Amino acid sequence: MIPTKEEWYRALADRHGEAFQKRAEHTTVAICGLGGLGSNISICLARAGVGKLILIDFDRVDISNLHRQQYKASQLGLPKTEALAANLKEIAPYIELELHTIRITEDNIGELLTDADLICEAFDNPECKAMLVNAVLEKFPEKYLLSGSGMAGMDSVNRIQTRRVTKRFYLCGDGVSDVKECGTLVSSRVMTCAAHEAHMVIRILAGEPEP
Amino acid sequence: MVKVNGTELNIAGKTVAEYLAGTNYDPKRIAVERNGDIVPKAQYETVVLADGDSVEVVSFVGGG
Repeated sequence: MIPTKEEWYRALADRHGEAFQKRAEHTTVAICGLGGLGSNISICLARAGVGKLILIDFDRVDISNLHRQQYKASQLGLPKTEALAANLKEIAPYIELELHTIRITEDNIGELLTDADLICEAFDNPECKAMLVNAVLEKFPEKYLLSGSGMAGMDSVNRIQTRRVTKRFYLCGDGVSDVKECGTLVSSRVMTCAAHEAHMVIRILAGEPEP
Repeated sequence: MVKVNGTELNIAGKTVAEYLAGTNYDPKRIAVERNGDIVPKAQYETVVLADGDSVEVVSFVGGG
């Protein structure tokens, strides 16, 4: 039995507060990359009652993703946008989703992200991370940007932090644990970093812009 | 003196590109913030670091 939209909103507002919930409902967050970071960030934000997510990824669900990304074995081969959209709708039936099964480049960033209030960088490739961060900070200085860097390996999750680099740019992670050097990537550590990004979104919406 | 990632360096008068050339940073994996604003990549050759500037070089690592 799926709850009505009013029941859904009321349940969230009871937990999060009316002011937060109203703000979240009218917020659009873009998730750039739907891997370990992006799929987990999306689920956190859907559960928090964010009104709209823009989901962007060119890739399909692969067996090598299942150890840390929020997909199911039954979804192997599907575009990540479509698979994640289905999973999010099961969790949060009234969330609005805009899907872009496309590779983000410097040329299409302006078009893809123009409607977002906040942007989450959630790539795994460091050059793609740098490209997106530079492009967003140059093109959209008025938007909030959350990025993740340093979540590989099995070091303590207590090293993963959120830092406010500029007024609207936040960096989450331990800053140093590169997957090429660590050789491992585990869900608990990636989810911790994803939770840092998602939680900073939630703090910003709650009017608390300090990490 | 210019503060870079918390350390005072004697690099006033250098451009961002000149400073980076003497470091191990991979230019494709970084973002440079100066006094609270991003330095656009296209301006690394022309932005001159001044005495008292505060700079942060964010260097991204892989995984996500």
